[in-house]
Amino acid sequence: MKHGKYRFLAMAILPALALHVIFVLSPYAQAFYLSLTDWTGVAGQANFVGLDNFARLGEDPLFLSALGNNALMLIVVPLATIAIALFLASMLNLGGRRGRAEVQGVAGGKVYKIVYFFPQLLSVPIIAVLWQFVYSPNNGLLNGFLSAVGLDGLARTWLADGSVALWAVMAVMVWSAVGFYVVLFSAAMDSIPRELFEAARLDGAGRLATFRSITLPLVRDNVNAAFVYLGIAALDGFALVQILSVGPGGPDGATEVIGLGLYRNAFSFGQFGYASAMGVALFFLTLTLAVIAMRSGRRTKVEMA
Amino acid sequence: MRRLGDGAIHLFMAAWAVMVAFPLVWAVLSSLKTDQQILTSPWSLPDRPHLENWARAWEQASIGKYFLNSLVVVGGALVLTMLLGSLVAYALARYSFPGNRFLYYLFVSGMLFPMFLALVPLFFVVKQLGLLGSYPGLILVYTAYALPFTVFFLTGFFRTLPNEVAESAALDGCSHSGIFFRVMLPMARPGLISVGIFNFLGLWNQYLLPLVLNPDPANYVLAQGLAALSVSQGYRGDFSGLFAGLTIAMLPVLVVYLVFQRRIRSGLTAGAVR
Repeated sequence: MKHGKYRFLAMAILPALALHVIFVLSPYAQAFYLSLTDWTGVAGQANFVGLDNFARLGEDPLFLSALGNNALMLIVVPLATIAIALFLASMLNLGGRRGRAEVQGVAGGKVYKIVYFFPQLLSVPIIAVLWQFVYSPNNGLLNGFLSAVGLDGLARTWLADGSVALWAVMAVMVWSAVGFYVVLFSAAMDSIPRELFEAARLDGAGRLATFRSITLPLVRDNVNAAFVYLGIAALDGFALVQILSVGPGGPDGATEVIGLGLYRNAFSFGQFGYASAMGVALFFLTLTLAVIAMRSGRRTKVEMA
Repeated sequence: MRRLGDGAIHLFMAAWAVMVAFPLVWAVLSSLKTDQQILTSPWSLPDRPHLENWARAWEQASIGKYFLNSLVVVGGALVLTMLLGSLVAYALARYSFPGNRFLYYLFVSGMLFPMFLALVPLFFVVKQLGLLGSYPGLILVYTAYALPFTVFFLTGFFRTLPNEVAESAALDGCSHSGIFFRVMLPMARPGLISVGIFNFLGLWNQYLLPLVLNPDPANYVLAQGLAALSVSQGYRGDFSGLFAGLTIAMLPVLVVYLVFQRRIRSGLTAGAVR
């Protein structure tokens, strides 16, 4: 039996381990090394250049605007998404008629939940192509809507106007993420005992007070997790920007993101060493984000009595 | 503190539902109109369903081919991921052997890195193996990148399963692999379904990996094909064809979702709560 055990374990683990090492671990490890070279893709011709690539990153205007854009996305996208999702989720669960003492979800909540989740099922290219039509200056949905409600003055060439292009991209990110977090938060709120809300209701607490002192502290863990996921998504943004924006990354670097620069430097310019340095920079940004989020998560954790 | 009126709440909730659904409905309706109608009366309903747009997108614009490519690649990767992932997870969760914890962290560490970091070396690894732009290449890479989460999720799941059934099967002389395939795998069904849904959607919507590893337009998967279509049909002014392609790409997933919506939502959110 002992012999059989190890034969089974080898059969169970080795194939997956081989794939993992070849396609995941070894590329990650190589990326760190490549970032210290000037490799342009010719076998055997990678010169070690130390931290030169990273010094170059600091002087690359396009990389710096990518860094700025990702930083803005990192602040705006998670905050906006979580705020909207928390609002919608708490209304779904607790926003119903308040005539009686019991607290209930809003009518039609099931249908709302189904619809809100739609974007989660669509690939980024589908979403990007869809929003090209929303933002299209002449017969796009957004400008059409604005003119229908008499706000023609607000109409823009959304994606070609450097002052709003990044906001237009971020709006799409928020649009596509909210539904998932509504469902996530709403499931967390479901597990909060109803009596807590009803007690608060009998004490005369309004919706806002109830939300602040009961709902929010008890879904805190999920909100923290949401910050991490949305933050990581905000540091990416590549697929959306690559398909949706003009350029891509334009106009004039207005929607440039780190991933786009990496892709361009590697697969258009063949600067594989330099592109790998961008990957390493992105890795450390992601890592920092995760560590900060985990720290703050531990501090604010509330145990349910 | 002022109370938000019930009317205002309904208004906001309905407004968000409209914001989500309207572009989708609009795209489906536009796919049934002529280019002329799309340009001159973008808000009106189609005069009759112009299904020839769909036929044109499916054949001339190759959406049909991309669709089948996606099915082959995602289907292959999903089967392989579930098989290898559940084997590893089961071995790590139910057997004690030297290096068990090390292997677990080795697999799970794959979730720590942004995929962009691996992109450049991965391209050359796949190229050197002669797998660039091939179905097996994409299937193996998709599987490798889906494994860390699958192992993480299923290891947790296998740990929660009771011991008794497996023990009595072992006493009856059932082999290790027999216990796995005939006893434990059926017991793990709920977990397998959750992670299977999660993986299917993640792989189906994968864009970055095929963009880099699958350069030949004849082999494009749906996500790639659609992005390419938006450029080519956009130049040609074939908006109805583009909307039809968009509709063909999104409708099957949405229909499957509407049928299994509860299960799909809980499957997709289950991974997020750790």
